[in-house]
Amino acid sequence: MAPSRDRRPGFSRRAQYSLFLAYVGAVGGALIGAGLLLLSTFNPPAYAAVRGFFGEITTPISSGLDWVRRSIANTPAGVSEHWNVKAENDRLKKQLDDNETLVMRARTLNQENRRLREMLKLRDVTTDAVVAARLVNSSASSTKRFATLNAGAWQGVRRGQPVRAPDGLIGQVVDAGPNSARVLLIIDPDSIVPVRRTSDGMPAIARGRGDGLLDVRSATLASGQFKAGDTFVTSGTGGIFSPNIPVARVIKTEGDAAIAQPAANPDALDFALVQQTFLPEPAPSPTPSPTPAAPK
Amino acid sequence: MKPAEFVPLGRAEERSRTSWLAPLSVVLGSMVTLLPFVATFPFLPPFGLMMLLGWRMTRADSLKVWAPVPLGFLDDMMSGQPPGSAMLLWTLCFIVIDVLDTRLVWRDFWQDWLIASGSITFCLVAGRLVAAPFGAHVDTALLLQILICVALFPLISRFCAWLGHDAAQDR
Repeated sequence: MAPSRDRRPGFSRRAQYSLFLAYVGAVGGALIGAGLLLLSTFNPPAYAAVRGFFGEITTPISSGLDWVRRSIANTPAGVSEHWNVKAENDRLKKQLDDNETLVMRARTLNQENRRLREMLKLRDVTTDAVVAARLVNSSASSTKRFATLNAGAWQGVRRGQPVRAPDGLIGQVVDAGPNSARVLLIIDPDSIVPVRRTSDGMPAIARGRGDGLLDVRSATLASGQFKAGDTFVTSGTGGIFSPNIPVARVIKTEGDAAIAQPAANPDALDFALVQQTFLPEPAPSPTPSPTPAAPK
Repeated sequence: MKPAEFVPLGRAEERSRTSWLAPLSVVLGSMVTLLPFVATFPFLPPFGLMMLLGWRMTRADSLKVWAPVPLGFLDDMMSGQPPGSAMLLWTLCFIVIDVLDTRLVWRDFWQDWLIASGSITFCLVAGRLVAAPFGAHVDTALLLQILICVALFPLISRFCAWLGHDAAQDR
């Protein structure tokens, strides 16, 4: 490659100055970038507004591409479905007969369960869903694990709300723009979810590893003996995630920690459900004034 | 190609198509992350950075020295990295490549490829250090990402050369 032409501007003062100023601009820009980076390291939500602005522009593009992708992905399934319908019909009829007895047993179990629940006055903790929306894109080139949700503050999404799929927890909203929101997935290295083991209720902490898996550590001093196959659900500690959402299943133990696979695959899911924060932060209690404030 | 036209002293030459095509293609490269996939580990090469380096290596006059500052800002807004990281790292790469330009004046494509690979590796590793905690298990994925980038760079470089060549003809 030949040397570039504009590096030696000759005797023209104007060209020399403009070249010099370009370097001043580059170094100044790099320093500004370093400043922004420091600010974002110490105060990550500082850029919510700017990011939200760009998110508003880019999310419709992603949503459109997502729609295209889903349409294309569903076409072969639709075609094969058409041809398989007859075979499937026969198979299902057979299955229906097989299931008859199972259903009868389940019904009796269900009735028994309802009766026992009434006896115990158990109350199902149901937090109402805010909105169901799609996760349309993610930070695929970065080591951070963010996903973009195509619903925002106009649909009632607020910062801090948990996001789940039918089969498990997905993450937590970190920025909410008017019509789009950013979700920190539970597999991000910065994400921590308080969980408990389903079998005995042992409290633990699930932290993202960054490679699509989770690290589960016992929260108590007694090092919990994890076994492959242990399942973990949210415990509700901390007040953000409502309890009993499936989080992970242990696939391998490593010393006193365990490596677990998340219960929900964020790419496979159709709709993500944004839920209310389990226990919203208490409103600041009014400072007790020594004398009752008299109306003026 | 048209014959060189008379440009009076003190007036800039006509701006070529490259002056807007190069930044636009870099921004489009950054926007590849808008593809509708929710990745569980970083696998997508940083196409914005690769386009930037491709332009820098094939047509050094297409981008000003300060161009990585706004382009890096846009990339930060879309990539999910902490804001400021691409602004800083891309500009550092540009300045270092300018310094190398004064040392290695006549280069082959192999040297360009090596310099670009070094720049991409630097940006990805430094970006990982600022974005993810030190103990995160992302290094294997990062290594794969770097290898993909290095393998893909000649293609990006050809693409930039093709865009730049077109622009030179239509000038």
